[in-house]
Amino acid sequence: MKRIISLILTVLTVVALFTGCGKKKQNALVYFLNFKPESAAVYEELAKKYEQEKGVKVKVVTAAANTYEQTLKSEIAKTEAPTIFQVNGPIGYNSWKDYCLDIKDSKIYSYLSDKSLAIKSGDGVYAVPYVVEGYGIIYNNAIMDKYFALPNRQQKVGSMEEIKNFATLKIVVDDMTKNKEKLGIDGVFASTSLSSGEDWRFTTHLLNIPLYYEYKSAQDKDATTALLESKEIDFKYEQNYKKIFDLYIENSATKKTLLGSKSVADSMAEFALSKAAMVQNGNWAWSQISGVKGNTVDEKDIKMLPIYIGVDGEEKQGICIGTENYFAINKNVSEEKRKASLDFLDWLFSSETGKREVTQKLGFITPFNTFKESETSNDPLAKEIIRYLNDDEKTVIPWIFTAFPSENFKKETGSALLDYVQGTKTWKEVRQTVVEKWKSERK
Amino acid sequence: MKSLKRYSVVFVMPTLIAFIIAFAVPFVLGLFLSFTEFRTVSDAQFVGFSNYIRIFTQDKTFLNSLWFTVKFAVISVVTINLFAFVLAIMLTRDVFGTRLFRTVFFMPNLIGGIVLGYIWQLIINGVLFNFGYSITTNASYGFWGLVILMNWQMIGYMMIIYIAGLSNIPTDIIEASKVDGAGWFTTLFRVTIPSCMPSITICLFLTITNSFKLFDQNLALTAGAPGGRTRMVALDIYETFYGRIGFEGIGQAKSVIFFLLVAVISLTQLILTRRKEVEI
Amino acid sequence: MAKRIYDTLIFIVLLFLSLVFIAPVLIVVINSFKLKFSIATEPFLLPTAQTFIGFSNYAEGLRTTDFLSAFGWSLFITVFSVLAIVLFTSMTAWYIVRVKTVFTTLLYYSLVFSMIVPFQMVMFTMSKTANVLGLDNPLGIILIYLGFGAGLATFMFTGFVKSVPLGIEEAATIDGCTPLGTFFKIVFPILKPTTITVAILNAMWIWNDYLLPYLVIGNDYKTIPIAIQYLKGGYGSVDMGAMMAMLVLSIIPVVVFYLFCQKYIIKGVAAGAVKG
Repeated sequence: MKRIISLILTVLTVVALFTGCGKKKQNALVYFLNFKPESAAVYEELAKKYEQEKGVKVKVVTAAANTYEQTLKSEIAKTEAPTIFQVNGPIGYNSWKDYCLDIKDSKIYSYLSDKSLAIKSGDGVYAVPYVVEGYGIIYNNAIMDKYFALPNRQQKVGSMEEIKNFATLKIVVDDMTKNKEKLGIDGVFASTSLSSGEDWRFTTHLLNIPLYYEYKSAQDKDATTALLESKEIDFKYEQNYKKIFDLYIENSATKKTLLGSKSVADSMAEFALSKAAMVQNGNWAWSQISGVKGNTVDEKDIKMLPIYIGVDGEEKQGICIGTENYFAINKNVSEEKRKASLDFLDWLFSSETGKREVTQKLGFITPFNTFKESETSNDPLAKEIIRYLNDDEKTVIPWIFTAFPSENFKKETGSALLDYVQGTKTWKEVRQTVVEKWKSERK
Repeated sequence: MKSLKRYSVVFVMPTLIAFIIAFAVPFVLGLFLSFTEFRTVSDAQFVGFSNYIRIFTQDKTFLNSLWFTVKFAVISVVTINLFAFVLAIMLTRDVFGTRLFRTVFFMPNLIGGIVLGYIWQLIINGVLFNFGYSITTNASYGFWGLVILMNWQMIGYMMIIYIAGLSNIPTDIIEASKVDGAGWFTTLFRVTIPSCMPSITICLFLTITNSFKLFDQNLALTAGAPGGRTRMVALDIYETFYGRIGFEGIGQAKSVIFFLLVAVISLTQLILTRRKEVEI
Repeated sequence: MAKRIYDTLIFIVLLFLSLVFIAPVLIVVINSFKLKFSIATEPFLLPTAQTFIGFSNYAEGLRTTDFLSAFGWSLFITVFSVLAIVLFTSMTAWYIVRVKTVFTTLLYYSLVFSMIVPFQMVMFTMSKTANVLGLDNPLGIILIYLGFGAGLATFMFTGFVKSVPLGIEEAATIDGCTPLGTFFKIVFPILKPTTITVAILNAMWIWNDYLLPYLVIGNDYKTIPIAIQYLKGGYGSVDMGAMMAMLVLSIIPVVVFYLFCQKYIIKGVAAGAVKG
């Protein structure tokens, strides 16, 4: 029996030691709840650098893909709540407005080149975008060159420059599918990833385009505001949405019935290994392409094409550029923590170290005037975004999916799309889901 | 034992304090919150029964999940107990290698639900891949996947309990029944099974409650895909609560209904089988 | 003769079933040595020269998940929670049986009641309470496990204590033992079989538990199940290779523990069931 008692005493000593350690861990003044899992390691590195430079401890927690709102909800109810969190636009702000600090006097807001980008309400500024991103159809130019050099290809389209609308894109894609053995690809498009939490490329990014056309002609309002105010949608361009979606799944590297098990990473790996020539995604995907072992795509061959959906006048359409990443400061934490958090953001986007990491490691194109021309990200996709931004011929499509009613709306849309590719729902039912869920989720 | 009473602080306090913190307070608070709308706890607004009403009028995922769970529970409970009992009978015959077999059959039970879910996801997707499908192609794949997983995990556990039950039957009863000329089947149904009733009660209780409360395996194997049609009640509550802004009260109300349901089912089942035991 | 034929048949059936039971684990082990892109498409094939990559999935998985620290936390939390449960609930059970008051009866039934409440009912309020009281760390969670596991453990201990004859305890008291002395010198050793059962059942539960630790401490301290689940989406992509390797690593300790303590585990499970 003595042995047991002495064991318990040892245990208590060990436990007491552990408490000491446990307490120390909570001393971080800044608690940043990160949205981007692909950047998790970089942010942790940044936190260490910041602590070395400024002596302020930064705690970084990264939510797993598609669990940000869940994690934020459980974390923000805690005593040691996140001090910096992210909202994904006006809808996100609405959900979390009771927690957003007015940051109109902050440095980070003053750095913003275009002040209209921030999320405002009344006189206050509540969230500031920190990255500008763009998405379109990323293609591997080496495979395209190989295709255009084929002797037996269709003769109507002869180069990528000629693809300026859906019809030409379809001609090329269909013909490429016919020649896929010669091109050494499994399919023209990488898998349309529809597994749970991996369907956002289609439920948000792709759906953005038909809804943009529906709302861009709204009188004296920008499309985002108009969409935000609409209680119901007509979904006027649903056939266009179907066209492009069908093009993806009919010419896919993966059989339709298997798409429900595919993740974004799978798609990017297919592209990186040259098993697919095209993939719909944005510049953030660069790390996923370059990080694949055995990557066969040359950096200079990675280009981006606008997503054409067959709307009149789309020859002038550019890629989709915008942001769904806004920083907000939790107003319910102590003054000291709020200040420390703003200081951290200031450091991140204006100090030499911060800026270097932001452009080179995170690969961000920022909306801040603290970054000089030379201080931009130089990965091939970021270059494409900048090329489209500076192209006066093309009209860039803004990200209006930040005005979609709720996360649940996107989730339901994703389920409907999955059912559609697996043949358990008709397109009519997909359309119905989108329209009805819009109405019921926007109360 | 009067002197013992003076020691109540030492003997009861640690458990009592932990119990109050980890269970009693959260339980009462949970009950209260199901009648409110809230984000954190301090901002709770009393709304009466509206959360309970909204479960059935506005949300609707709950009934689907409940039906899925009931189907799953019925099939799993039957298959697990049947297989476990058959295995137990085979393993009480002193066949060569009995101990090794018992070791193997029990092993999956020690593996956690999350790990189990991913193991079976790999295997089921691997099989379906040959036909050009995946586990999310059809809700019935997910359903049977869960049933198989649950069987794999629980059979060994139940088998051990049945073996204990079977080996507690006095051999003279069985011998007596044989002397009376009863065949193998008659002995099984007239003597063996009735004598095992306590084990059967326990196994039914354990399989029913475990099937109803299943969460980790569900999360890892299908996460509810496709379209939430393989989402069981526990996962539905979790997703309602944490996944949707403004649905916290509804999620909490669902959990109260879930609790009442589990309580009623397990109590009825216990009473019913206990009565059977007495009759015999 | 007929018995021998039957036994041979049964042996063959059992052998076949054992293979079926082991196969899933073996398949995961095999795949943990394969290139990640060939896992999803051909899980049942042995690695070939092209797809065999040795231990690099393990290296990758250990690096990204920080598996060793997850293992450490899982071990720490499980061991100390089980010790706490065994120690405190056995004391409480003895007290409940020996001191019959309204309070102990009420306590007993509240504890039994807690056994049937699904975790979802208290998931939010419990993690909130734990947070407010500063228990959201690997030490505090031990208290949470003690409270949440107290129901079953106390129930099982009381069942056994009832069968302990009062006479020995009284003799000890007469010899001048305090209740604490009596408990630790006399009662606790007698409870040993139940102690083992309670320890095993709770260890199996706590080691594998996902949602409770995830909600209470999951963002700061990852236990093994949390680390595995976090592989899906926590690092921007699902690496099937690393996933397989980590599944294997999480199974190994369990199997080792099982093979060493098999006798106790199987006895414990059977005994636990009979008492429950």
